[in-house]
Amino acid sequence: MSLISLKDVKFSYDKTNPAVDGVSFNVEKGEYIAVIGHNGSGKSTLARLINGLLSPDEGEIYVDDIKVGDKKTVFEVRKRVGVVFQNPDNQLVASIVEDDVAFGPENLGIPRKEIGERIDFALDAVGMQDFRKSSPTRLSGGQKQRVAIAGVLALKPQILILDESTAMLDPKGRKEVLSVVKKLNKEQAVTVLAITHYMEEVVDADRVIVLDSGKIVMQDTPREIFKREKELKEIGLELPLASYIANKMRKNGIELPEGVLTEQELSEALCK
Amino acid sequence: MQIVAKDLTYIYSEKSKSLAVRAVDGVTLTIDEGEFFGIVGRTGSGKSTFVQHLNGLIKVGKDKGSLKIGEFDLTDKDCDFMALRSKVGMVFQYPEAQLFAETVFDDVAFGLKNFYPELSPEETTERVKTALTLVGLNYEEVKEKSPFELSGGQKRRVAIAGVIVTRPEVLVLDEPAAGLDPVGKRDFIRLLKELHKTFVKTIIIVSHDMNLVSENCSRAVVFDKGKIALSGTPKEIFSDAKKVAELGLDLPVTAKLTNDLKDKGIIIDSDLTTDDFIQKYLRAVKDKGGAL
Repeated sequence: MSLISLKDVKFSYDKTNPAVDGVSFNVEKGEYIAVIGHNGSGKSTLARLINGLLSPDEGEIYVDDIKVGDKKTVFEVRKRVGVVFQNPDNQLVASIVEDDVAFGPENLGIPRKEIGERIDFALDAVGMQDFRKSSPTRLSGGQKQRVAIAGVLALKPQILILDESTAMLDPKGRKEVLSVVKKLNKEQAVTVLAITHYMEEVVDADRVIVLDSGKIVMQDTPREIFKREKELKEIGLELPLASYIANKMRKNGIELPEGVLTEQELSEALCK
Repeated sequence: MQIVAKDLTYIYSEKSKSLAVRAVDGVTLTIDEGEFFGIVGRTGSGKSTFVQHLNGLIKVGKDKGSLKIGEFDLTDKDCDFMALRSKVGMVFQYPEAQLFAETVFDDVAFGLKNFYPELSPEETTERVKTALTLVGLNYEEVKEKSPFELSGGQKRRVAIAGVIVTRPEVLVLDEPAAGLDPVGKRDFIRLLKELHKTFVKTIIIVSHDMNLVSENCSRAVVFDKGKIALSGTPKEIFSDAKKVAELGLDLPVTAKLTNDLKDKGIIIDSDLTTDDFIQKYLRAVKDKGGAL
C-alpha cells in the first residue's frame, strides 16, 4: 500500500463552501511531490488534513496504513508526518536551538540518551550543528527555518510537508532550505510534499499536483505540467520565468525545444 | 517630491560597545520624482532601516547626516511629521496583517481621519471610495464587508487603499508581492504601475526578487553592510555578475542569459526587461542571417 493515500476526501470550514472537494491521490515512499494552486485553492487545508490537524468531512486518509482523522491515532500519524509552516518564528519555542529541536522528542517521552542522538542527527541533517547552543532569535530567516525543520526531523518522520516554508525567506535562505530538503529526500528517503507559490521550486519534483477550488485539476511531471501554459493561466498560475521566456521566443519564431523548465536549459538551448 | 539623503547614518544600540550596529552607514542617495525605484540587498544589509527614515519612523540622529523630502527637512526638529506621513505612504510586508476594523470602509478611513480630522463625512466617503476604486475593488461591494472575509489579494488591496487614501506622493513598499500567488503577484505589480500614473508620483520598492526589479524599476540601489554598493539602472547594476554574487544577490533571468550568450560571442544589449531581451535577441538572430 502507498505511504499516503487519500480517497474522495472532502472538507469544509463552514459546512457550505468546500475547501477540499473530493481529492484522491497516492504518494509512494521516497517521492518528492509539489503541490501548487492559487491562494485559496485548498493546498494548506490538504496539508492539515494529512497530518490530522483537521479531520475530513467525507472520504478517507491513510498514512503508513494508519487511518488519519481519528483521535486515537493522531499521535501515531504525527510521528510520521512533520509539517514546516511559513513563518519559523511561529514554530520555534525554546530559547536555545538544541532545546527547540528536543521539544518534540521530549513530548513523545523518548529517553534522554536517544534525544541527544536525535538532536545530533537533526542538526547535522540541516547543517546547523555549529549553532546548537545559539539562541534562535539571533539566527537569519533561512537558519531559523532550518532549525524548524530540524525540530521536525528529530521526530524521525517518514513524511515532510512544507507548507510554503520558503515564502518569507530571502533568496539565499530559500536556497539553503531547499537544498536541505532535497538532500533529505535523496539520502534519507524522506517523502516530501512541498506546497509552494514559487514555480522555480516545482521543477525538480517527481510529480506535481495542481489544485483549483479544492479539486485536483492536473497531476503529472513538471515538464508535462508546464507545457500547459494556457490552462495554468486560467487557474491563476504561471510558468517558471525561464519557460515563459522560452515560449515567448518560440512564438516569435525561434526554434527551441518544448518543455524548457530552467534557466540552465534555456541558456543551453539558446547558446547551441 | 525629490528625496535627497546625504551621509545618512543610523546606529542601533549606539551607547553599547558590544551591541552597536551601523545599520545605515553614510548613505548618499537621490531619488527623483517620478521614479519606480528599487532597493535591494541581502537580509540585514540596512534596506529597511533606511526606508523607515523616509516617513520619520526612524528619526535622523544628531550628526547622522541629512534627509530632505520635497519641502520637508527631516533633520529639522520642527519638521511636521504628521504632514510628511500623509505625503509619504509606507506599506510594510504582509500589510494585510494590519487590518483591524469591522468594515473595509472603517479600515480605509482610519488613517484619513487621523491625518485630516477636519474632513466632512462626505469628503471622507469620497476619498475612501476613490482609494478603493484605485486599488481595483468595487466600493459598493466591499465597503460593508469585514476585511477578514476577503481573499489574501483583496486584503492586501484594502491595506494599500488605507495608505493611499491620504494621497501620498511617495509610496514605499517592503516586499510588495511576498506571499501572493503568481497571478496575484502580476496583478499587484500592474496595480502599482497604475497607481504610478496618479497622484502617487514616486514608488519605492524593497525586494529580494531581482526579476521584479529588472522588469519594473527605472533605477535601483544595492545595500551592503549599511552602505550603497551599487546603483544605477537594472542594466548597469546587473552588468557585473561577480560583484552581484558577492553582494549575496541572484541575477535576473534575462541578465544570466545575456551573460551566457556573451560567452558565446552573441551580444544582446537589452534593458533586461523580458520583452526587450526577446526583441534584441531576435534582432541579433536576424543580423546573423537567422542562424546562430
